Amino acid sequence: MIRATGLTKSFGGFEAVKGIDLDVRRGEAFGFLGPNGAGKSSTMRMIAAVSPISGGELRILGMDPAVDGPAIRGRLGVCPQEDTLDNELNVRDNLYIYGRYFGIPKADVRTRVDELLEFVNLTDKARSKVEDLSGGMKRRLTIARSLVNSPDLLLLDEPTTGLDPQARHVLWDQLFRLKQQGVTLVITTHYMDEAEQLCDRLVVMDKGVIAAEGSPLALIAEHSTREVAELRFGIAAEGETHDGLVEKVADLGERVEVLPDRLLVYTADADEVVAKVHERGLQPVATLVRRSTLEDVFLRLTGRTLVE
Amino acid sequence: MNDLSMATGVARQYDYWATVTKRTWKASVFSSFLAPLFYVLAMGVLLGGFIEGDPDRLEGATSYLAFIVPGLVAAHAMQTAVQETTYPVMGNFKWNKVYDSMLATPLTIPHVAAAHLTFVAVRLAITLAVYDVVVAPFGVYASWWGPFVAFACQVLTGMAFATLVYGFSCRITSEAAFGVLFRLGVFPLFLFSGAFFPITNLGDVGAWVARLTPLWHGVNLSRMFALDTVDWSTAAINVTVLVVLCVGGWFWAVTGLTKRLSS
Repeated sequence: MIRATGLTKSFGGFEAVKGIDLDVRRGEAFGFLGPNGAGKSSTMRMIAAVSPISGGELRILGMDPAVDGPAIRGRLGVCPQEDTLDNELNVRDNLYIYGRYFGIPKADVRTRVDELLEFVNLTDKARSKVEDLSGGMKRRLTIARSLVNSPDLLLLDEPTTGLDPQARHVLWDQLFRLKQQGVTLVITTHYMDEAEQLCDRLVVMDKGVIAAEGSPLALIAEHSTREVAELRFGIAAEGETHDGLVEKVADLGERVEVLPDRLLVYTADADEVVAKVHERGLQPVATLVRRSTLEDVFLRLTGRTLVE
Repeated sequence: MNDLSMATGVARQYDYWATVTKRTWKASVFSSFLAPLFYVLAMGVLLGGFIEGDPDRLEGATSYLAFIVPGLVAAHAMQTAVQETTYPVMGNFKWNKVYDSMLATPLTIPHVAAAHLTFVAVRLAITLAVYDVVVAPFGVYASWWGPFVAFACQVLTGMAFATLVYGFSCRITSEAAFGVLFRLGVFPLFLFSGAFFPITNLGDVGAWVARLTPLWHGVNLSRMFALDTVDWSTAAINVTVLVVLCVGGWFWAVTGLTKRLSS
């Protein structure tokens, strides 16, 4: 569906994407995980055939975006990071007018709009103005709009940023259903739980390059341990860090990461680590035993947390 | 395989622009009816009452009213065009992102610009037609056919400004630049392009400067056809200038929108 080799994107002297390789297959949910400024959205805009590539090669649905932009866009659904809904129009008109841009006959668009409103649970809001909708409803409407042309490939740029937990879960549920229907999803996110929930395969992006690639489970297995013991010591005093504590726990796990307020000990058995920490007379304010996540993978690969 | 023709691309945006028109037409018809009435009463009838109607000094007009009305309509074309291509254009890429959503579909930048400018042309045609009809009872037209040609020239004048200002709006970063455009562009043109007085009153140099402005060509055409004092060679020059500005403005607009949206 998408194939990129050595893909780059520059803005003036700034190189936002520094030569990435991608291969997204039909029917899979593919993710770009990385912090803000990693180059995810720039990559997404190139895949959406709206932003010309600066270098390398890119094929979308087997076509070249520089030559076949309109044909590619006709088969894509795009859910941009910022809502581009028309606030002056009502919910229904937003979908109807957008469908017309694709040249879908009027009667067909009307039928499609009814189906989509049903799909995103907005049928009873059909006549409401967009500006009266909640953030979650607007996102659902944007997703409905991106589906109006029954796309082969759906691009979702930070689909749940700014939504409350309940609204996120409603949205995830709808994306799952799309995936089951065979729609290929490409998702950018800086939420590791979203990437774990939705993606079959993902790339970890940082500073314009791909740091790792694989399924969420494989990435965790490859770059982290099974479990993590979080030892919370409170924020270190001004000018000090928790580095001094590291040597006291270093032998308890495979690896230790120091964050401003806690130590993360990577191990196969985190309960055992916590017990030994207490045996050694260390007194963390709180402890947490958990499975490794993509957040840990990211920390390992880049030395930084995803949301800073 | 870029097979989406210009006509198809523009037609696909018909529903959008029709909806925008439905939303705003009442207010716009009302203002396009009242504005000419106020102008003609204040400037043409009341102020014009103090001015002697000497055809030798008023480019062939037998009254100041007859002199000023065709100029006012041409100036109104410029003002309407500027109004429609400043904030509305910037809003579509900066505030409500309508252009971004359009460009995520098979539509391309020339389709998007052409549809918006077509909408401006329709808006100009309606506004100027209302203006021309409202001023008709004041007895300002010297022939039955002249006003129709004048109307076409007024729309052409508006489109020259619409394309140029569209390109300008795409290239600025802040709406504060519109203030400069209004104060240093639109306002001096409105006052000194021959709408209110013959440009020969500006002296030789002033008159030539005025002839270099786009609005003068529109005012001159509008007046010649309304008063039936057509000098065909001058008219040909006037039309050529406005057509060249429209064509150049179109490329300026498309390259501006490309710079703005395709990065």
